[in-house]
Amino acid sequence: MDPAADRTDTPQGAGIRFDRVTVAYGGTTVLDALDLTVEPGEVMALLGPSGSGKTTALRAVAGFVRPASGRVMIGGRDVTDLPPYKRGIGMVVQQYALFPHLRVDQNVAFGLKARRTPRGRIAARVTEALEMTGMAGYARRYPRELSGGQQQRVAIARALAIRPGVLLLDEPLSALDARLRSGMLAELSRLHRELPDVSILYVTHDQIEALTLADRIAVLDQARLQDCGTPHELYRTPRTEFTATFVGNANLLRVRAGEPGSVSLDATTLRVTAPDDASTGPAAGAEATLCVRPHALRITDAKATGPAAGSPEAAAVPGANILHGTVTDVQWRGHTHRLLVEAHGHELRADVGDLRQPPRVGDDVALTFDAEDGVLLPAGLAGGVPVG
Amino acid sequence: MLVHSRKGRWTAWLFFFVLFLPLFALPFLVVVMASFATHWSGAFPSHATFAHYRDVTHGDSLHALTTSLLTALAASLLALVIGTWAALAAERLRGAARRVLDGLFMLPVAVPSVVVGLSLLVAFSQPPFLLNGTARIVVLAHTVLVTAFAYQSVSAALSRLDPAYEQSAASLGARPATVLWRIRIPLLLPSLTAAAGLCFALSMGELSATMMLYPPDWVPLPVRIYGATSRGSLFEGAALAVVLMLTTLVVLLGMSRVRTRASYR
Repeated sequence: MDPAADRTDTPQGAGIRFDRVTVAYGGTTVLDALDLTVEPGEVMALLGPSGSGKTTALRAVAGFVRPASGRVMIGGRDVTDLPPYKRGIGMVVQQYALFPHLRVDQNVAFGLKARRTPRGRIAARVTEALEMTGMAGYARRYPRELSGGQQQRVAIARALAIRPGVLLLDEPLSALDARLRSGMLAELSRLHRELPDVSILYVTHDQIEALTLADRIAVLDQARLQDCGTPHELYRTPRTEFTATFVGNANLLRVRAGEPGSVSLDATTLRVTAPDDASTGPAAGAEATLCVRPHALRITDAKATGPAAGSPEAAAVPGANILHGTVTDVQWRGHTHRLLVEAHGHELRADVGDLRQPPRVGDDVALTFDAEDGVLLPAGLAGGVPVG
Repeated sequence: MLVHSRKGRWTAWLFFFVLFLPLFALPFLVVVMASFATHWSGAFPSHATFAHYRDVTHGDSLHALTTSLLTALAASLLALVIGTWAALAAERLRGAARRVLDGLFMLPVAVPSVVVGLSLLVAFSQPPFLLNGTARIVVLAHTVLVTAFAYQSVSAALSRLDPAYEQSAASLGARPATVLWRIRIPLLLPSLTAAAGLCFALSMGELSATMMLYPPDWVPLPVRIYGATSRGSLFEGAALAVVLMLTTLVVLLGMSRVRTRASYR
């Protein structure tokens, strides 16, 4: 008997490593030389639009697609050539895939039976997994008798019952409605606090889920890894245009670099934050891309032409950045107004809160932002960046 | 119902009764009426009697019924096993290989069953495959004829089966055999019983290939019905036909009860 097959538990604290993993279907590359390491106990979100290769990456870990080249390691063990049932991973998919002919407790026990866990221990482990997900009262029900959220919990319990070192979550919340989703998000982070040794690979197209849950986020687009970092890093200092727009929907302005810390947009000089590493910053006079988050833009007095004029905000910040433009659309979103402003040849999105008298379409407005909210993207990184 | 006005609905029902009832229901009614009659010269049969039923529940006719039941049972079980097995194997095939296998299983449907009967007769009339004159050749012919339907309905069910079930099972550590027996077969069960029912019904009514193959000690009911009517014993044939119809219906109903209990969604 294969010793790998009859182990009941994978070692806790197993990480995942993609080593130049390439997956192709009939000539189309769906995942291109992915290099990525998920540390033991880490929550890594794979974030990207559909067709970005994020699900393919997860399926390569699960063993449902075979890489054309590259290796997949789980806990230091090369699993590239192992069939799925020998990999010792837990997986939860979008549509839950609870076995409809088995009761909840039988669903949860399935993995334990398949791994030949001694009979006496199965019942205890099933109860434990169901209690962990708050589904202990539903053990004798059939999946069809449960709501979507409850089915989701059972699917998680089923994956956790085998005590996997690695948990794969494939868009686990996308079939739930908005309220259930935020509840399950909190639930998932609680579960991860209770099981700090389990590495989680979390595939999603929803940036909120990724920002909330992940220790690190890997951003994928067009089969390639675009960026990887902590949610804070990606949000505050995105390294590519794709990251900047996909995570947080940033405004991108084509500017000309001036001295470090300043750029010019047409005749206006703006004070910005340059990349930490001075060598990756654009040279003076070069084309550059400035990234400003919609909520970082504030509305100020349209007549203000410079510092210390007009509104208290502009006055409070000497040398404030002012962008003049015309309102093209106003959308009320309850807690904010989303303004679309045509300025310097760009259509800017500005989320401004609590306006008693919002501007109307056609009004001239001036927008301002703090220097630390204007982030210059590193030069020469239009495509993917090499990240470890 | 897509017709909303009251008048329109009545017209639709009337249309249905005028067109379809004579075509589908009346022939059965006529057979049932004939099975209780001894004469039929006017518009309706006369001299009602149960004599035909007394006859057909004894002796050779009863034997023919059990022969048909046994043949259909064996053929549909064999067809189910072979068809399911082939459909599971074909699932992994792509392109030309898949088309060849699909075509192969379609062949007995496309070819007239008389030809199937004749070819089996020619093929198995000499040693080492001497089956001619045995019950086995009848069962074999029925199996060949109905396996196509089992293969097709199981194939269709397999393609509808969400791969997420087997993948979840595999990721939980289930070997392929466990996935097959614990997950896929149970999920296919409704389709399997439907396929078995179809095969059973087809086999119960098979005549043209059977005619060429049946040995004297293995006469299925359709052959007996044919024999009775060609002798001129129309009313006895009608009684046999009713027995055949009811038996098949009862078995199918039993199977559909199994199916409703087996369908989970």
